[in-house]
Amino acid sequence: MLPLNATILQITEESPSVRTFFFDLNFETMEPGQFVMVWVRGVDEVPMGLSRTNSITVLKVGETTSKLFELKEGDSFGLRGPFGRGFSLPSTNEKILIIAGGVGAAPLSPYAEAAYAAGSEVHTILGARSADELIFEKRFLGAGKVYISTDDGSKGIKGFVTDVLKGLDFSAYDKIAICGKELMMISIFRLIKDKKILEKVEFSLHRYFKCGIGICGACCIDSSGLRVCKDGPVFSGLQLLDSELGIYERDACGRRVKI
Amino acid sequence: MYTLTGLKMKHPTILAAGILGTTGASLCRVALEGGADAVVTKSIGSMPKKGHQNPTLVQLECGFLNAMGLPNPSYPDFLQELKIAKKYSGVPVIASIFGGTVVEFTEVAEGLLPGKPDAFELNVSCPHSEGYGAAVGSDPCLVEAITATVKDIVNVPVWVKLTPNVSDITCIGNAAESGGADAVVAINTLKGMVIDIESGYPILGNRSGGFSGKAVKPVAVKCIYDLYTTLKIPVIGVGGVSCWQDAVEMMMAGAAAVQVGSAVYERIDIFSEINKGIKAFLQRKSYSNVKKIIGLSHEMV
Repeated sequence: MLPLNATILQITEESPSVRTFFFDLNFETMEPGQFVMVWVRGVDEVPMGLSRTNSITVLKVGETTSKLFELKEGDSFGLRGPFGRGFSLPSTNEKILIIAGGVGAAPLSPYAEAAYAAGSEVHTILGARSADELIFEKRFLGAGKVYISTDDGSKGIKGFVTDVLKGLDFSAYDKIAICGKELMMISIFRLIKDKKILEKVEFSLHRYFKCGIGICGACCIDSSGLRVCKDGPVFSGLQLLDSELGIYERDACGRRVKI
Repeated sequence: MYTLTGLKMKHPTILAAGILGTTGASLCRVALEGGADAVVTKSIGSMPKKGHQNPTLVQLECGFLNAMGLPNPSYPDFLQELKIAKKYSGVPVIASIFGGTVVEFTEVAEGLLPGKPDAFELNVSCPHSEGYGAAVGSDPCLVEAITATVKDIVNVPVWVKLTPNVSDITCIGNAAESGGADAVVAINTLKGMVIDIESGYPILGNRSGGFSGKAVKPVAVKCIYDLYTTLKIPVIGVGGVSCWQDAVEMMMAGAAAVQVGSAVYERIDIFSEINKGIKAFLQRKSYSNVKKIIGLSHEMV
């Protein structure tokens, strides 16, 4: 597909560095966890998880996202997608745990809502550096119980999402869905360890994307060779055993870079 | 078993350069899970290269347009990936290399030799990287010189991948053969461009790029047909192959083997599927082996 033209209808400030852009397209077939390629014309095209069928939620991190932040309501950008494999939706009466760090809450918020709508019991651990960087707390609260952790202790437990997780019986959950910084995800991965539980856990990975549709191979992970853009970005814990997770990623040239 | 420029392969189906070839693990997956009988790496150069800005690849109704811009980690960094592919893929691994000059090609080829590639494929055909690829590959003298020099320093087969963006591809094919190439690979992508009419911006970060996929197949078939007529060395067909019928057609035009690229978009095990289809076709038509159909169309007058 060629990029679709997405006109910005509304911009919401979620935190000092995170904004949600609502656009005039509606990806009704979206699986929570899928992404779109966002083309800021004349600048670059970057992958972003969908935070709703008609919105992306973006952390300002580099040149492209900075240019995106300069756009106003009525401006437009290009969108291709939704692409990739999202989180597995739970069935009725399943108990699910969502672990969201920072802007990792973006693709998990529609997952929480879909799980709630499917009749699951939804628990969320929502973490951020500080209280004003917590994203979508209300949406997660609308889906179920929320545990909060902040690095500076300005809200909830002072510490990391793993500190909350240590206090929970994670074997009691039917599914665990995780998105956040890689160091957070690898800490959780190491904490869970047990293969029987890892089978029920899904991680959403972030890698440097070029084509976004599974052809170029820029985002393949070791040692499986799976493509993050097409076979992922959501992978089960078992798929990530003996993988590069938490160790290295590849830059635009394809060089291994330590995490 | 079947032999292509000395490489032993079970079937004539090869992963094309630039597709899923950035990492050793990915190349192994295409061989083991996808069923490719040989794999060609991403094109490797002398310096790390980020490639062009995104969008680098878009799907059109009739194919794909890309301008990756030869992103690669450079040969010293790629050696570890090549070694993984060699160790675990179980199939011949062909190192695709590029350079702007004879000296640069020499440096990269020598640099990758410790990784023991089974063959080299010289990329003198990428249409969207200034000073490289087709900029080199449309000059027959340069193609002959590069081929001859690389042949001199390596003791494995050398394939030369040709660009269709020239007035006469057989002229470049002849130059490769004169330089001592063991095979030519035809074709690389066709020059193309696509514009976003909402904004007027060309969509690719590099503005224009190379066109591949289903729509280029008739162009490839004609190039292969002409090269088969002109050259003594084998022609390896590539360009728009997405099913076994396409592979058979290319072989009838003269391809000794086929490479598959963008069709991995549909499914990674496209290679197994093509091989199965070719086998059933040969049985149905009572051809004793695949060689019977190579160049068959040339006899049909």
